Amino acid sequence: MPSIVSIRNLTKTYKSGFGALQSVNLEIEEGEILALLGPNGAGKTTLISAICGIVQPTSGSVSVGGHDVVRDFRAARDLIGLVPQEITLEPFEKVFNAVSFSRGLFGKAPDPAYVERVLRQLSLWDKRDSKIVALSGGMKRRVLIAKALAHAPRVLFLDEPSAGVDVELRKDMWSVVADLKAQGVTIILTTHYIEEAEAIADRVGVINKGEILLVEDKAALMRRMGQKQLQVDLAEPLLVVPEALANYALELGPEGRSVIFTYDTKSERTGIVTLLTDLRSAGLQMTDLSTRQSSLEDIFVGLLKEEL
Amino acid sequence: MNFPATRVIFQREMARFNRTIIESLISPVISTSLYFVVFGAAIGSRIEAVDGVTYGAFIVPGLIMLTVITQSVSNASFAIHFPKFIGSIYELLSAPVSYREIVIGYVGAAAVKSILIGLVILLTAYLFVDLPIAHPIAMFALLAVTSFSFSLFGFIIGIWAKDFQQLQLIPLLVLTPLIFLGGSFYSIDMLPGIWRTIAMFNPVVYLMSVFRWSFFATADVPIAASLLAIAVFTGLCLAVVWWIFRTGWRIRQ
Repeated sequence: MPSIVSIRNLTKTYKSGFGALQSVNLEIEEGEILALLGPNGAGKTTLISAICGIVQPTSGSVSVGGHDVVRDFRAARDLIGLVPQEITLEPFEKVFNAVSFSRGLFGKAPDPAYVERVLRQLSLWDKRDSKIVALSGGMKRRVLIAKALAHAPRVLFLDEPSAGVDVELRKDMWSVVADLKAQGVTIILTTHYIEEAEAIADRVGVINKGEILLVEDKAALMRRMGQKQLQVDLAEPLLVVPEALANYALELGPEGRSVIFTYDTKSERTGIVTLLTDLRSAGLQMTDLSTRQSSLEDIFVGLLKEEL
Repeated sequence: MNFPATRVIFQREMARFNRTIIESLISPVISTSLYFVVFGAAIGSRIEAVDGVTYGAFIVPGLIMLTVITQSVSNASFAIHFPKFIGSIYELLSAPVSYREIVIGYVGAAAVKSILIGLVILLTAYLFVDLPIAHPIAMFALLAVTSFSFSLFGFIIGIWAKDFQQLQLIPLLVLTPLIFLGGSFYSIDMLPGIWRTIAMFNPVVYLMSVFRWSFFATADVPIAASLLAIAVFTGLCLAVVWWIFRTGWRIRQ
């Protein structure tokens, strides 16, 4: 797939001397949902801000839809919608006007029918004449999303969309994201909630200390990095793992009623079959088997630890 | 040129003006009336005519300038400082707009407000004094140019200010003294020798002089000097705004 956002050697050093981004290279494919995962202060917001024109890059370049975001900023920004992390709205403006304003700012002719569609999609239509100051936090966040969608962008950046958001809104937002993806919109979201990346992303990028540690297909990442655990429940509890099974580095489960075997799915031989044979040879009676796939969270924590 | 952007910025700023129409229009009318009562009627009756114009009429151009300059600066500076303060400026920075569209929208709206306020004061003045306008077209043009250039100046202050205290600082410490010492309520010729020379360094003197000329056909300084001063001031403001957006000073990190 062609990339719609191309980031080359992007570096940002703030005046304070803080290096927020260090030679970041990233290709974002058209139509995908990319989740940028990283702890606070990793550089996620700076990266998005540099693409959208809020932060001036120190060096390097970014192009969106083939247009350089600095030299050809109009064409590049036409394609971009941005939902910022903080709720930054004119408090006394009415919802409908705020969204229409955003549409105009992006050079689009007024289109009340389109704005209505966006508001309905985000369950904001009933609030169209409310002043923003009178809305709840979740509603304000919906307004931010509506503003970002007001000019029908091809690339949507969601900066920490779930920060301080209740479950209902998060689910709503995910369904909006799914709709947009179906329309071919490319979505980049930053998050430090791993469940969010796991739930909606196609690819996951891990960023820490201004560097992209990896970008990979979510499923492939989980397969590649993922470890699985096999839990074997036993009829009789064990006090210690028998000598004969020392090679397997087994852990004892609660009260010794099970043994847990960790294996790597990418290795040629997982060792499951021989383990089961050896368990039987050791005279242990098995009552049940279960396996568990490690989550993105485990992978993420592992990556950050590796870095240290 | 992104015209829809300029239009929505302009409309939003005018909507803000409409929301606060009472404060925006009534307060200048009230303060102007107070000036007329105090300076025009009470004190003015004991002051002889200046250049053949009654004192009550003489202060009208100065009053208009005083209000138009302070309103232009405060409206334009607030208009851009507020989004900067609450963070909604992100939208301007990430939209396909150049500084031209932003400045025309914000400064244009602030200038239009000031022109309206100036005209309202002029109408109020007619309630109190007989007022000739020798050069009405020049008068209106000067009102418009002053509104525009000081709105531009206010726009710069709004970006420069780091908080609301700083926003008040320049108008209070620089602008008000310059306006009051700029001959709003007297002719520069009334000043004793050395003060007259010092006053020549005050840009507001040139503005006030030519504006008063448009009413009474007499000026303290040559018209050409006034026009040059206005052009230099406006040009400087434009250059600073261009530089701000080119470098991202205090708006883009």
